[in-house]
Amino acid sequence: MPHSISPESSHTMSQVDTIKSEEQTQDISMADAPSPAAPEADSVKVNLEDLFDDDDSDQEFASSAPQVKSEEDPSQLSQPAAPLNVTSKSTYSDPDIMRAFYQRLFPFRHLFQWLNHSATPTNDFAHREFAFTLPNDAYLRYQSFATADLFRKQCLAQIPSRFEIGPVYSANPRDRKTLRQASSFRPLTKELVFDIDMTDYDDIRTCCTGASICHKCWAFITMAIKVLDVALRDDFGFKHILWVYSGRRGAHAWVCDKRARELDDSRRRSIAGYFELLKGGDQGGKRVNVRHPLHPHLERSLDTLKEHFHTSILLEQDPWVEEKAEHLLNLLPDATLKAALQKKWDSSPSRPSVSKWADINALATAGALSNTKTGPRELLEAREDIVLEYTYPRLDAEVSKKLNHLLKSPFVIHPGTGRVCVPIDTRKVEDFDPLGVPTVTQLLAEINEWKGGDVKEDGKKIHDWEKTSLKPYVDFFAVFVAGLLKDEKTGVKREREEGGDPMELF
Amino acid sequence: MIRHDYSRVDPKRRANIHHNKKQFAKAEFQQQTYEHRLNYYDVPPTAEITLEEFETWAINRLKVLSELEACSFRNRSQDETAEYMTNILAKHLPLRSNSSRGQNLQEERKKDHYSHFILRLAFSSTEDLRRRFSRLETALFRLRFKSDDLKERKEWVSTLNLEWEEVGDAEKAEISKQLAAAGNMKKEDDQEWFKVDWERVPELVDQRRVFLKRGKAYVPQKEQLSLVVAEFTKRLDEALELTARALPRLDEDDRLAPILAHLSQSFTAPDAAYTSSDASIDGLSTITSGAIDSLATNFPLCMQSLHNKLRADSHLKHYGRLQYTLFLKGIGLSLEECIIFWRRSFKLMTDDKFQKEYKYNIRHAYGDVGGDSNRRGRGYSPYSCQKILTEPLPGPGQSHGCPYRTFTQDNLMTMLQRTGINDRDLLKTIKEDVTKQRYHVACNRVFEHAHRKEIKKVKDDGSWTSNDLDTIVHPNTYFKRSWLLKHLGEGNAGMVNGKGEQMEM
Ligand SMILES: [Zn+2]
Repeated sequence: MPHSISPESSHTMSQVDTIKSEEQTQDISMADAPSPAAPEADSVKVNLEDLFDDDDSDQEFASSAPQVKSEEDPSQLSQPAAPLNVTSKSTYSDPDIMRAFYQRLFPFRHLFQWLNHSATPTNDFAHREFAFTLPNDAYLRYQSFATADLFRKQCLAQIPSRFEIGPVYSANPRDRKTLRQASSFRPLTKELVFDIDMTDYDDIRTCCTGASICHKCWAFITMAIKVLDVALRDDFGFKHILWVYSGRRGAHAWVCDKRARELDDSRRRSIAGYFELLKGGDQGGKRVNVRHPLHPHLERSLDTLKEHFHTSILLEQDPWVEEKAEHLLNLLPDATLKAALQKKWDSSPSRPSVSKWADINALATAGALSNTKTGPRELLEAREDIVLEYTYPRLDAEVSKKLNHLLKSPFVIHPGTGRVCVPIDTRKVEDFDPLGVPTVTQLLAEINEWKGGDVKEDGKKIHDWEKTSLKPYVDFFAVFVAGLLKDEKTGVKREREEGGDPMELF
Repeated sequence: MIRHDYSRVDPKRRANIHHNKKQFAKAEFQQQTYEHRLNYYDVPPTAEITLEEFETWAINRLKVLSELEACSFRNRSQDETAEYMTNILAKHLPLRSNSSRGQNLQEERKKDHYSHFILRLAFSSTEDLRRRFSRLETALFRLRFKSDDLKERKEWVSTLNLEWEEVGDAEKAEISKQLAAAGNMKKEDDQEWFKVDWERVPELVDQRRVFLKRGKAYVPQKEQLSLVVAEFTKRLDEALELTARALPRLDEDDRLAPILAHLSQSFTAPDAAYTSSDASIDGLSTITSGAIDSLATNFPLCMQSLHNKLRADSHLKHYGRLQYTLFLKGIGLSLEECIIFWRRSFKLMTDDKFQKEYKYNIRHAYGDVGGDSNRRGRGYSPYSCQKILTEPLPGPGQSHGCPYRTFTQDNLMTMLQRTGINDRDLLKTIKEDVTKQRYHVACNRVFEHAHRKEIKKVKDDGSWTSNDLDTIVHPNTYFKRSWLLKHLGEGNAGMVNGKGEQMEM
């Protein structure tokens, strides 16, 4: 059964994720969709655009696997000290499992430092909006916390199935209604964020459908991460970019540099525009129409993507079998060439995509190109456009465009899969295995199985997360946060020196 | 000379006009001289003007801005806009260069300066107005910048202190290939290049028209326009924010407040094309969810497209749902019927999922739930063509928007033919319209063709005035007019049950 823990549960290559939703997940529920029976006023104050905003990572909510109650006595489970009894019947959505997760595994301290940009509490954290999704699906916006500890307390009290992070506001979000002027409550800063989700690839993905993923289609996400990460660094000069697995079939990026956090909506829109390549919806026909020679960002992206195109697209996705070759023909420029290809492919429709791709050049050089109109240059450019259409990152751009858009926090549990939304190390992005990411139940079982005692050699207490396979991810996050804090500190120092009071000179 | 309406705005009140009291204190009663034609409007006006001038100048400028907005709505190209605006500017807000040797250069510049600041006051109250004002003022500035005398423009730009770092020859050589590719020019083109923080040229970044390296944008001389314009917008946006915060104090002035209120109202009107009268159609009885299929023949292409997609997939993605729900609300479908409509349309969905995730949004669109302001406003207004045309293009799997804009020509032609438009010449003209991005012109053309017999009839018998047949700029107007024309003389014949369904088959 899905989500159960068995000792042998190890994933093999190209094994389709066993966690599939019951329903057609082409269909998507709304981000921020409050439950009709939301208990607090906060939870219904959502604007219409948000309501209609499909966030693919949320859809899994509706289709989450049946909740299987633990057969253990709940009163016993809720005692923090007692070892949690994780059985094959436990599921991640069990409130006791979630409580244990927040109590023993969630890296609150690191999360606090990450958002606070300093060791002692500042408004960067205190005025930051959190939005909780409670076990009954109620959605609470405008939560905020003075310290990491208060934050942890509310998580333990309410056991949110997940929470999202919004912007830092000009005032404490909890006080927004008592402010005299509405305009004195406005979003000031937030990380620049990106959301890549497999749904946007559904028209070219052949290996899986809906919420399922496998290693073949994860390649789309890997390619997207590579292209975006290098552009954010080399083009925009950002340094502190955190990539996070969204828990099922996508990834988020958090650009945490101060310069990125301070971008207004129009600048965010322009970055989204810079990265946007595919235009037009399903009716749009040819969707890549770029200027050649390519802009340096696209040229560099193409160099990276070309390497993946042969294996990840031609061989693994095999996108142009049978009648699907029609789309490939539509993307080519020359009528004579198209006719020749059509003829060849009609006679052997099952010809693999890799051969069809090779046919294009073969026939063109063999003279099938009507040399009046189309030269080799046009054909090359068309081929480049095709590579880009099948490999270039497809972003959910709306997420990036708004300063006040909320995004699911790192390290929360994906309600549909039970997996932790762990950071992805871009230095080893090709090795990242979404199907091997630990689930909450697996981690709790690992704590129980820990035989190493509770104290380190240096006398320090061993945290529960250190006893589990979550450790490398938390360690990675800690290093990331430390790097951010270091830059933040020197930045503040510099500002102080530059803007220093001239009177001090006397 | 009688100057009975001369109202001296006393210094205390004038100070309220701008937040920066210091500047006023220094420059009280001072007449400014305007050396240059172009103006960043960094310095507020200081001299006195009459109330009459106050109002007339503002209305003149408002006229110019409204026409500019109409141009962008009609998708006029920059050149077409410039041509169209020439007369309007000459009439309402002339602003000539020094070389024109005009008599009233100082007067023109003063009027330009003052009218800008008056409208700033009138349009700083809400975020929406501020954004619109900033967009249109930027368009006006761009227009004038492009038409300025080259030499005078250069002199003016040199006074701006824009802090551009020039790219040295060594670096230029090193990255010449990238510069050429990003700027879409030949490598041989020797150009001056400037380095600026990329945030200063968002437009160029958005369109990938500059090379970016470690946070710096490499801007060629020829893109100077973008830089200067971006800076104009930036300064204006900041100033508008400040004005908005200083605004409450102005309410006390009993003479200016009504004028300003009136100005901002007349600025708000054009876009609110939907009126509730569009929902009450003589002869059309209460619409039920079951009637939508037959009524769809009277829908504009954008809504027919959504309707077909919904029927084909038993589903629509979010923006499509929003656009369609609001339209249905606009034709008079009640909330209850709308819920039934969507419930039945999502055939593959469980009831539980529908109730949990979709119903609330429909209610929200109708203003049945949500915050106070949403309820008070009865939800969102049905989208106008302008709104639909300026929304982001549909992404994969999405189908909202205006088909004239989002479909490829082939798909558009197929769709039009499916709705019964087969006239070759017409289809050709529509292709031209679409190529020139005159989407709403194409849509109106299709309307006129599809209703040509009926239009002739109402024109001939004089039952409709030309006002009743002006350009359609709202999908709900399209529906209303189409339905009425197709049911001429039926009076209160009631719903077109059955009849419409047969047509559909
Ligand atoms: Zn797959």
